[in-house]
Amino acid sequence: MSNAAASIDVANYPGVHLPLYMDNHATTQMDPRVLEAMMPYFTGKFGNAASRNHAFGWEAEQAVEQAREQIAKLIGATSKEIIFTSGATESNNLAIKGIAEMYRERGNHIITQVSEHKAILDPCKRLEKNGFRVTYLPVKADGLIDIEDLKRAMDDKTILVSIMFANNEIGVIQPIEEIGKLCHERGVIFHTDAVQAVGKIPVDVQAMNIDVLSLSGHKIYGPKGVGALYVRRRNPRVQINAQIDGGGHERGMRSGTLNVPGIVGLGKACEISGQEMAEESARLTALRDRLKNKLESSLDYVHINGTMEHHLPGNLNMSFVYVEGESLLMGINDIAVSSGSACTSATLEPSYVLKALGLGDDVAHSSIRFGLGRFNTQAEVDYVADKVIDVVLKLRELSPLYEMVKEGIDLSKIEWAAH
Amino acid sequence: MAYSEKVIDHYNNPRNVGQMDKSSGEVGTGLVGAPECGDVMRLQIRVNPETQVIEDAKFKTFGCGSAIASSSLATEWVKGKTVSEAMEIKNTDIVKELALPPVKIHCSVLAEDAIRAAIGDWKKKNNVGETADVAVAAR
Repeated sequence: MSNAAASIDVANYPGVHLPLYMDNHATTQMDPRVLEAMMPYFTGKFGNAASRNHAFGWEAEQAVEQAREQIAKLIGATSKEIIFTSGATESNNLAIKGIAEMYRERGNHIITQVSEHKAILDPCKRLEKNGFRVTYLPVKADGLIDIEDLKRAMDDKTILVSIMFANNEIGVIQPIEEIGKLCHERGVIFHTDAVQAVGKIPVDVQAMNIDVLSLSGHKIYGPKGVGALYVRRRNPRVQINAQIDGGGHERGMRSGTLNVPGIVGLGKACEISGQEMAEESARLTALRDRLKNKLESSLDYVHINGTMEHHLPGNLNMSFVYVEGESLLMGINDIAVSSGSACTSATLEPSYVLKALGLGDDVAHSSIRFGLGRFNTQAEVDYVADKVIDVVLKLRELSPLYEMVKEGIDLSKIEWAAH
Repeated sequence: MAYSEKVIDHYNNPRNVGQMDKSSGEVGTGLVGAPECGDVMRLQIRVNPETQVIEDAKFKTFGCGSAIASSSLATEWVKGKTVSEAMEIKNTDIVKELALPPVKIHCSVLAEDAIRAAIGDWKKKNNVGETADVAVAAR
């Protein structure tokens, strides 16, 4: 593989600089317009938004209220329904635990699904230790839940359904509108972790009957360390038990001095995403499809993970079967992407999201997640495609599995010594 | 993860990649690991029947960079050794040579297994027992 660098020369790709970032589900580069909006609130406009009796406080409060409006507008909410948090993990914890505690009298059953982010699954596990019952719905091979499974799982003790809007690994978009409708018919609160969806695809809490929604700043070209929770105020009014006490900020649901610069950044990021969504999602879909088509036309034994029918614009999760994911990442180490391979995780287990699709571990080990974002260009897509193809071909020359399959050997018939 | 320079070198320039005729009496083949575990190594040796010296070795590996490097290194090390000398190669030697971190030690274990499996296959084909092996190697 010594000639890998030589055969694919970045100089032939105009404007492409290495290392190249294509991991926008993990985080995004902050938009310079967001930073510009935030800057004054680090220095001159440093007031505490809770200071009610002087101009510094008023200035900060005004900025926070503007951000609330900007966020609410993006998701079809009203500004009073937005609670600021430190990020989506906190938003998810506040939603799951806060609702469970508040509605415990009514019931102790929660429904979620297996491919949720750990920031949903782990709070659910904690609640199970505290006497709650949690149903983890399976997903179909396409990554989506079956709405009939959800119907069957609901009983008279069900107080909360939490289903993510779009998956962070495979980019599939769950049938949110149907889930919301069902929940409202049954009088069950519907929470969605919409971290990957907000700002990328249309989200409307009214039309989709969403009661509680988590979102994050740094996934939408805003700052890290700031997020929000939408909490419906009417039809129905949702109440949440605070998880952080002390001062009664955010209508008592989340105490603590507001992160004014971060909130201003989150608001600005939402405003930009709303204005540019139509154009940006069309551009990213075209780039994503270009990447997908290039890879599919040059390589055999590639597998797309998750349905492409209900899919985030910038996401492509592909398995390059018979090539191990970490070795592939090593060959493309000037490109930032992610793998579902066990070798890239701390636990040495392959991605539970990919396993939930019913994929064999070997396919999960071979997966790469490409996350295209606002700052990716067509030349970058071309470079990434060419580089990945080059390295996959070389690693397949090294792969005993690829050779055996090419010789017509059925790998499933071999007795492997698992280790 | 940061890889050692030696791992990167083996990954970029893997030694002795390929396959030999499995049906040949002089060739021993070891296929170890499992696709579900994320690594499979196939290591082959060609043994001189007179001297029991491993004259050639080939490998192919599905696995992470450390697995590729471990098996590539293993082919280098077995070449020129007698069968019994090759049996002395320990996974810890591979760990040391490649500066593998703790989470990658299983790659070196697999490489050691692959060497043993290849030798075992050759012995089986040639009806070589442990004692005969030692006697020849002593020459």
